[in-house]
Amino acid sequence: MEARVIVTLKGGIFDPQGEAIAGALGDLGFYDVQSIRQGKVFDIVLEKGEHEKVQEQLEAMCEKLLANAVVENYQINLLS
Amino acid sequence: MQSAIIQFPGLNRDHEMSLALQHITGRIPYRIWPTETVIPNVDVIVIPGGFSYGDYLRCGAIAARQPVMRVVHEKAQNGVMVLGICNGFQILLEAGLLEGVLLSNASLKFVCREVKLEVLNTDTAFSCNYRKRQIIRCPVAHHNGNYFAEAETLKRLEKNGQVIFRYAQGYNPNGSVHDIAGIVNAKRNVLGMMPHPENFMEEAHGGTDGRALFTSVLRYARKELFI
Repeated sequence: MEARVIVTLKGGIFDPQGEAIAGALGDLGFYDVQSIRQGKVFDIVLEKGEHEKVQEQLEAMCEKLLANAVVENYQINLLS
Repeated sequence: MQSAIIQFPGLNRDHEMSLALQHITGRIPYRIWPTETVIPNVDVIVIPGGFSYGDYLRCGAIAARQPVMRVVHEKAQNGVMVLGICNGFQILLEAGLLEGVLLSNASLKFVCREVKLEVLNTDTAFSCNYRKRQIIRCPVAHHNGNYFAEAETLKRLEKNGQVIFRYAQGYNPNGSVHDIAGIVNAKRNVLGMMPHPENFMEEAHGGTDGRALFTSVLRYARKELFI
């Protein structure tokens, strides 16, 4: 089973990396870029299991390690 | 006074920390590997600076979830002093022993320089040998020292006197909210700070303002022993 977990900074948290990337894109001529927020993607391969249980497990992974709840949100997508 | 250093792989300030502790206590600190589940009886547990586990995922995130941290948690609950410097501060936050988070420096640059700190609360085991409102000099060296916490948490930390060190006006090197450089937990036996007092111990270091932090810990430990 495969899942994709996306971790993003919560709104309002200053993201200097995103700002720097937006600036660099502007330098390359992409003048339409208004802002960028940088996040993380985890592609996770798991043992086959019941949909609900896998979902539960992934949520626990996010809570315990993959995301820092103080400043980050996470989104879980089960791919197969 | 006996101390222990948690030796996570990737830390690089452990030797200076060990020297600082030896200098003040006259005893060589224990070195504890992260897979250990027992820490001998000590007065203070120290997590030095560096780049534990290569700073992978988030600074301190992997270290904070190693078996030894459960023991550090228990010891802290039992009143043992815990000191985290730089990466050690990041680890204590990730482990939930302190509140908040350390983000990338607002400048996106690694800062390595001397700053000035204001000592806000001298009523702790880590700061009792400083004077209230004293301005001290201390080196910083980090890329992720931008302290952040939610408004409610900040309010509580300030109200309870848990902000121990603040960057003096004009010296905030990383964009930390409220110029916060170091905080303690509610019980005041766990301190996390970004600056490096262990690097300001002797005249040859360029300054000795870091000594009072270690002598505070020693003074507190002795008082505990003799009362």
